[in-house]
Amino acid sequence: MRTIIEAVRLCRNFPGPVRAVDEVDLVVAEGERVAIMGPSGCGKSTLLHLLGGLERPTAGEIRLCGERVDGLSEAAWARLRRRRVGFVFQAFHLVDELTAIENVELPALLLGVSATAARRRAFALLERLDVADRSRHLPARMSGGEQQRVALARALINDPAIVLADEPTGNLDSRNTAEILRLFASVSGDGHALVLATHDPRVAAAADRLVGMRDGRIVDDTRLDTGASRRDVVGQLLGWEA
Amino acid sequence: MREAILALLAKEPAHGYELRQQLAVAMGSVGDLLNPGQVYVTLSRLEGAGLVRGVQVEQAAAPDKKVYEVTPEGRDRVAAWFADAGWPKVAPIEFHLKLVAAAATGLADPVAIIDAQRRELIRRLRDLQALTDTPPADEGQLLLAGAALRLAADIEWLAACETFWTRSVH
Repeated sequence: MRTIIEAVRLCRNFPGPVRAVDEVDLVVAEGERVAIMGPSGCGKSTLLHLLGGLERPTAGEIRLCGERVDGLSEAAWARLRRRRVGFVFQAFHLVDELTAIENVELPALLLGVSATAARRRAFALLERLDVADRSRHLPARMSGGEQQRVALARALINDPAIVLADEPTGNLDSRNTAEILRLFASVSGDGHALVLATHDPRVAAAADRLVGMRDGRIVDDTRLDTGASRRDVVGQLLGWEA
Repeated sequence: MREAILALLAKEPAHGYELRQQLAVAMGSVGDLLNPGQVYVTLSRLEGAGLVRGVQVEQAAAPDKKVYEVTPEGRDRVAAWFADAGWPKVAPIEFHLKLVAAAATGLADPVAIIDAQRRELIRRLRDLQALTDTPPADEGQLLLAGAALRLAADIEWLAACETFWTRSVH
């Protein structure tokens, strides 16, 4: 599998003795879905921000699609992010004054895609995420679940190598959480790597790999697939040994 | 399973194979995974306890079969079962004791135990979620959804354990 992102001894210090991210090594491959869990303040959001260039590391290296990116300028990161990185946030962060479809097509227009092509692709994504009927609505007129689906469409518009999601279901009820999880699963079939920071067990359980963080460090990194059959899983529930 | 079988027999007498079929249908999409042997074992225990009575029925073209019917005591048991609001195992006491014992003795690190337990529970939740539709489409799915919700709650509790024991031990 092709490596999408690689962090080597990544650090992020804030004033004071605490390191928000402390010597983190992380490699994420194409198509991989990684959940980062840990207590509030463990550094999982900061790590996502570092991986997506929203914050700068104090030390360490980051390679994105083989290219060294930790030393890039703000402007270079902004260009790279448009092409390679999709972000999904807990609070959606849609532009209030733009309709759903305008929000989605914006990163494509910034990349220089023609207005017609951007609109076509934006609409196709909204259709795929079951919010095409909201395409002309402003964010304020949409539910949280709809806004997050629009945000996911926006993250995917430029076919990024990696989607970084920070507590993507933190503002959603359980029905919308399940729906967003289903959509994340369906889009990760396209080969995007996905890294989610979450405290929601259901979100973590939708990943292939679990990374545990504590005090800025990775303390756990495990694959989640068990290879258990339906017979094993249900048999255990029904109270007999598989 | 005891009381569910009793309830089915309280509606009408049946032989073992019929009961298996009825239970499997009632359980929806997980019905095929019921352990057939368990129905027969349960029936013989219920008979031993005087809650059902088995009657041999002669069949001309096939081996005799045993038809079970519920006794008055069995009928009372079914009514009591439906009326009972007991709820087993609210507290995850075994795991809690494990952490308490680890911390008290220093023989193991509670936080390492929590990490290992979270891995295990998230794996199980992942297996369950892969089998579950939202909202549940039938009786079998509803059971899986219940198991997934409880697991998710247990994993959230592990996060509280992690915060507590990280502070207390390290």
